[in-house]
Amino acid sequence: MIFSRAWAASETDAGHGAGGADVFPPFDPTTFASQLLWLAISFGLFYLLTSRVILPRIGAILEVRRDRISQDLSEAQRLKEESDAAIAAYEHELAQASANAHKIGQEAREQAKREADAEREKTEAELAGRLEEAEKRIADIKAQAMAQVGEIASDTATAIVGELLGGRISKAEVTRAVADAGARKA
Amino acid sequence: MANDPIHQFHISKLVPLDINGVDLSFTNSSLFMVATVAVSSAFLIATTSGRGMVPGRLQSVSEICYEFTANMLRDAAGSEGMRFFPLVFSLFVFILVANLFGMFPYFFTVTSHIIVTAALAMLVFATVLIVGLLRHGFGFFKLFVPSGVPGFLMPLVIAIEVISFLTRPISHSVRLFANMLAGHITLKVFAGFIVSLSAMGAVGIAGSILPLVMTIALTALEFLVSFLQAYVFAMLTCMYINDALHPGGH
Repeated sequence: MIFSRAWAASETDAGHGAGGADVFPPFDPTTFASQLLWLAISFGLFYLLTSRVILPRIGAILEVRRDRISQDLSEAQRLKEESDAAIAAYEHELAQASANAHKIGQEAREQAKREADAEREKTEAELAGRLEEAEKRIADIKAQAMAQVGEIASDTATAIVGELLGGRISKAEVTRAVADAGARKA
Repeated sequence: MANDPIHQFHISKLVPLDINGVDLSFTNSSLFMVATVAVSSAFLIATTSGRGMVPGRLQSVSEICYEFTANMLRDAAGSEGMRFFPLVFSLFVFILVANLFGMFPYFFTVTSHIIVTAALAMLVFATVLIVGLLRHGFGFFKLFVPSGVPGFLMPLVIAIEVISFLTRPISHSVRLFANMLAGHITLKVFAGFIVSLSAMGAVGIAGSILPLVMTIALTALEFLVSFLQAYVFAMLTCMYINDALHPGGH
């Protein structure tokens, strides 16, 4: 039906070229050469424009954008690493400072302890010296007293013996006897 | 004649040109070919001239066209196929814009002529054949020998493969041509019904609502077909290029 109408239409179409006046237009070979020529010209031009101008340009735009995005991402990554490093350094320093403070405290404590110990030792030594001195003095006094005790004893004994025996014994004999008695007792 | 659905396909000479008896006139078809190229190029160049890091709407359209075609080609033919990106891109955009131009009333549809679609299909066919033979020599003919076919079936399969290869440009071109032709004829026929019916008085005017609805629906369909046929043409081009690059691997 389409074709019969096409025939009819073409026959009545006065404006159409003489060559293919009675053909269905898309199958009219007289127009082929012109269509091919202008298709070649226009499509060829379009191909040149796309391959030389349009596609390189859009490709470059997309590539620049892709590069920029990846660059931004790597920049962000770098900044993140930097801040991580800063945090790590801060924490390290904090730990070091706290360790230092601890050490200083420890040292101060030890120093104080050492000083106190030294002081105490000095005092103790002094006290011990004085004690020793005192003991020596006591011993001296004691020895002196003991020596005097012997003399008193022999004096007393001489006096007693003299009283009893009527003074016929010498003081030297009595002293010897007293010393003997002391030695035996010891 | 206003109702004649074939009239829209007539080619009229705008600037007659005759060289040695060959008619090379600048016709309405030529005008719309040039217009298609001029509008597409102007749009693609103008929208990307800003080279915006953040694309505006129009620049996005150009970029989407680029990436859509690039992905189509890369998926079908791999990164080697990107050498043919300008060909696939210009075919896709040219056919798409020519088809969409045809949707304007009184505009000529370049792709509704078999010689145009056949020329584009032959361009693809010749490209595939030349590239295939240059790259693989006789290895290109492995295309006709699918693997895993039993020996006794081989002659039959090879014959089928050869015929299907040789008929590719026919199906490739007729698909686009027939879709555009039939769509425009149908549209014109239904639109013509509205005019003829409404000339028949009140009943006719009421009755013409049906073809009016039909025409509106068909117009929407034709926009879809315009895009779809351009896509199909470009997609098949990608697949044929893949055959030229990897004849053994299908």
